[in-house]
Amino acid sequence: MRFDGYDTEGFYDEIFDAQGNPRPGADLLIQRINALPESELQRRQKAAERALLNLGITFNVYSNEAQTEKIFPFDIVPRILQAKEWEGIERGLKQRISALNSFIDDVYNEQKIIKDGVIPADLVLSADGFRKPCIGLEPPCGIWCHITGTDLVRDGDGEYYVLEDNLRCPSGVSYVLENRLLMKRTFPMVFDACSVQPVTDYPSRLLEMLQEVAPPGVRNPVAVVWTPGIYNSAYFEHSFLAQQMGVPLVEGSDLLVHRGEVMMRTTKGLERVDVIYRRIDDDFMDPKAFRADSMLGVPGLMKAYSKGKVALANAPGTGVADDKAVYAYVPEIIKYYLGEDPIINNVPTYACWRDDDRKYVLENLDKLVVKAVNESGGYGMLIGPHATKAEREEFARRIKAKPRTYIAQPTLALSRVPVLVDDHFEGRHVDLRPYILFGSKSTYVLPGGLTRVALKKGSLVVNSSQGGGSKDTWVLNAAGTPSTESPLQQQSQSQEGSAC
Amino acid sequence: MLSRVANSIYWLNRYIERAENVARFIDANYHMTLDSPDAAGDQWQPLINTSGDHELFEKLYGEASRENAIEFLVFDRNNPNSIYSCVRAARENARSVREYISSEMWEQLNTFYLMINNAAKEVSLDLPHQFFVDIMTASHAFIGITDSTMNHGEGWHFGRMGRMLERADKTTRILDVKYFILLPSVDYVGSSYDNIFWGALLRSASAFEMYRKRHGRIDPKKIVEFLMLDPHFPRAVHFCIVTAMISMNNITGSPRGTYCNKAEQSLGRLLAEFNFASLEDIFSFGLHEYLDSTQTRINAVGAEIQKVFFSPQLADEAAASSPLV
Repeated sequence: MRFDGYDTEGFYDEIFDAQGNPRPGADLLIQRINALPESELQRRQKAAERALLNLGITFNVYSNEAQTEKIFPFDIVPRILQAKEWEGIERGLKQRISALNSFIDDVYNEQKIIKDGVIPADLVLSADGFRKPCIGLEPPCGIWCHITGTDLVRDGDGEYYVLEDNLRCPSGVSYVLENRLLMKRTFPMVFDACSVQPVTDYPSRLLEMLQEVAPPGVRNPVAVVWTPGIYNSAYFEHSFLAQQMGVPLVEGSDLLVHRGEVMMRTTKGLERVDVIYRRIDDDFMDPKAFRADSMLGVPGLMKAYSKGKVALANAPGTGVADDKAVYAYVPEIIKYYLGEDPIINNVPTYACWRDDDRKYVLENLDKLVVKAVNESGGYGMLIGPHATKAEREEFARRIKAKPRTYIAQPTLALSRVPVLVDDHFEGRHVDLRPYILFGSKSTYVLPGGLTRVALKKGSLVVNSSQGGGSKDTWVLNAAGTPSTESPLQQQSQSQEGSAC
Repeated sequence: MLSRVANSIYWLNRYIERAENVARFIDANYHMTLDSPDAAGDQWQPLINTSGDHELFEKLYGEASRENAIEFLVFDRNNPNSIYSCVRAARENARSVREYISSEMWEQLNTFYLMINNAAKEVSLDLPHQFFVDIMTASHAFIGITDSTMNHGEGWHFGRMGRMLERADKTTRILDVKYFILLPSVDYVGSSYDNIFWGALLRSASAFEMYRKRHGRIDPKKIVEFLMLDPHFPRAVHFCIVTAMISMNNITGSPRGTYCNKAEQSLGRLLAEFNFASLEDIFSFGLHEYLDSTQTRINAVGAEIQKVFFSPQLADEAAASSPLV
C-alpha cells in the first residue's frame, strides 16, 4: 500500500504539499503506511469497521420503509494538524464563542447591538432560532452557549474559514472519541511516535463545566443528559456521553416539575435534577412554553428554569446566533463586543435581502453556493457549479420570493485528504468541526475535533445523512511531552514450589 | 436510579436468561428424540406446550414438526418468546440503558444479537447442537462480564433478581417437559430409555455432573429434589429464589426476613414455601400441579415488582388520572 500514485489535483491537500511532499508532521505517518505489506491497510480498515459494528456505534437512518442502523463510515488515514496552526484556530474559536455568547445575552435582554444599529432588528427578531419566551432570561453564570461545534473549512489558499456556528445541540463529538480509540488500536506504533494531543478527557471537561453552571447554592449538583429517546439519530452519542460522565440519561417521561423543582422518577421516589444537558430542540422541551403538541417535553420546565431552579445547556434560544443571516454579521458582532478583529474569518457571504448582494447572487448563480438560512444538514442548498439550469432557475425564483431566507457564498475549493478507495488512495474534500466548552471559569477547545469527509468522488457535502464519513484528527504536540517516572513496586507473589 | 432504567436492566436480564433456556429446552428435546425409539420420537408438541405459546403456534403453523417447532422457538419474529425475539428485546433494552451498564456488557450483548441475526438469515441447522451451545455460552459470558464490570449496586441487583426469577420459572418448565413426555409412556419408567431421558433432562439444565456429585445414581425423585429444592445448585428453583430475595433485600434495604412493600412480601412468602418444602409435599400435591402453581406465584411476584418499582405513581398523579382513565 503506497502513496506513490496519489495526486492532489491542484487542491489544497492536508497531508501533501503542492509538490507532492509530505507536510511537516505527516512524513512519519506516510513512511509507516508505505511500509505496510500489501493489503494490510485494507485489512486494518475492515477490522476497524467490524469493531464499530460490534460496539454498536451506529446512527439511525430514516427512509420510506424502515429505520435501519448504519455505522458512520470511517476512513483509517488520520488528518494531521500542526501545533502552531491549531493554536491559531483555538484562539479564534474562543474569541468567536465569547462574542456570540455576549450577543445572545444582549438580544434577549438590553438589545444594545440593535439599538446601536449594528444589526437590523427585524433580521434578529425574524430569525428562525429566536425564542420569545427567552426574553429577559438570565441563565446561571450568564452562559447561553455552553457547548458549540463550529464548522471550519480550509479553502484553496490554505486559510481556515468559519462555515457555520452550531450553537444548539451540535453532535459528533462521540465519534471523535471513538475514532481515536480505534486509531490507537489500529496504528499504535505511529500513534506513539507522533505525539498527538489527547481528546479522551472531553467527558470530564464536559461534566466539570456542567457542574460549574449549576444554580447557585447547590452542593454536589446532579447533572443529567436528556435524550429524545432511542429512535433519535444521535442516540448513541447521548448515551455515550452520559455513560462517560457517569450521569443518568433521561427521557422526557423520566422528568417532571414537582412543586416548582425539576425531578426525575427513581426507584426510590423523586430526586432533584440541577443541570440538564439537553439534546432535544427548544421547541420540544416544554409544551407550556413552546410547541404545545410536544410529547417529549416536560410541562413547566421553562418556568422552573426562569426561576433559576435548574440550568439548561445549551440555554433555550441560542439558535438566534446560529441563523445563517445573523452569521453574515458575526465579524461585526466580534468587533462590537470585544473590540477585536476576527481571528478566523467568515466565508464571504452575500445576504440576499441586501439589494446589491441579491443582484450579484442572481447574476452569478453558477458560481455560488446558495443556502436557505433555516435549513441544516446539507438540505435546502444549491451548489451552483454542479446544478442544472432548471435547478438554478428554481432557486432564482425562490430568492426573489423570499430574499430574507437566502444567503450565498462563493464555491470554496475545500481542502482534501487522502482516503482509502479499494486498493489505492484518492483525494476527498473535508471540513473540521472542533468542539468548544464555554464555562464560567474557562473555555476549553477539544484539540482537533471531527473531520468529516465527503466520501463521494468530487462531492462537497460532508453530512453523514448524505454520504459523509469521518476521520481521526491528530493535533500534534508542540514539543515532546516529558515522560514521568513511576515509583518501583514489589514483585507479585508466586505459588511456592513452582518451577520459576 | 431511574425507574425506567431499573425496568430495562431487569428485563434485559430476563430476556437473556429466557433465550438461554429456550435453547436448553430445544437442545434437550432434540437429543431425546434422537435417542428414542420411533413411538416416543415425536415429542415436539409437548415442547411447544411447555413454552406456553401453544395457541400462537397453532395459529401460525398448525401441527408440530421438528422443523416448524425449531423455526417457531428459535427464529420466528412473530413469536415474542423465540430466541431471536428475546435477544432482540434484550438488546433494545440494553440500548436504552447503555449509559448505565458497562460498555463491555453492551458489546457482548450486541455481538450476541448479531450472531443470532446472521444465523436467522442462513437458516441452516445442520449442527443445531453447536448453535445452542453458542447461545448458552453467550448468555454465560454476559453474566460473567456483568459481574466483573458493573457496580454491584442497585442496578446490578435488579438485573440479578430478574435473571433469577426467570431461571426459576424456566427450570420448572424444563421439569415439566419430562412430565409431558413420560406421562403417556409409563412402560419406559425404569427402562434404559428412562435413564437416557432423565440424563438428557439433567444435561439440559447443565445439572448432570453436579447431580452425580450430590446424589450419584439416576433417580427421578432425587432429580426432582435436586432441580427444585437444592440450595447450592445455581439452576435449582430454591437457589434462584434465595438469590432473588437477597437482591430484593439489597434493593429495598430491608433486613432479612422482613419486607417493606408488596413485591418483597410476595417474594418472601414464596421463599418461605421453598425453604420448608419437602419432596413428599410436592408429589402428594402432584408434580405438574406444583410446578404450575410455582409458575403462577413467580408471575405474581413479577407483577408486584412492576407496580412497586417500575411504574410508581405520585399520589397527586394517581388522583388526577384515576376517575377519568
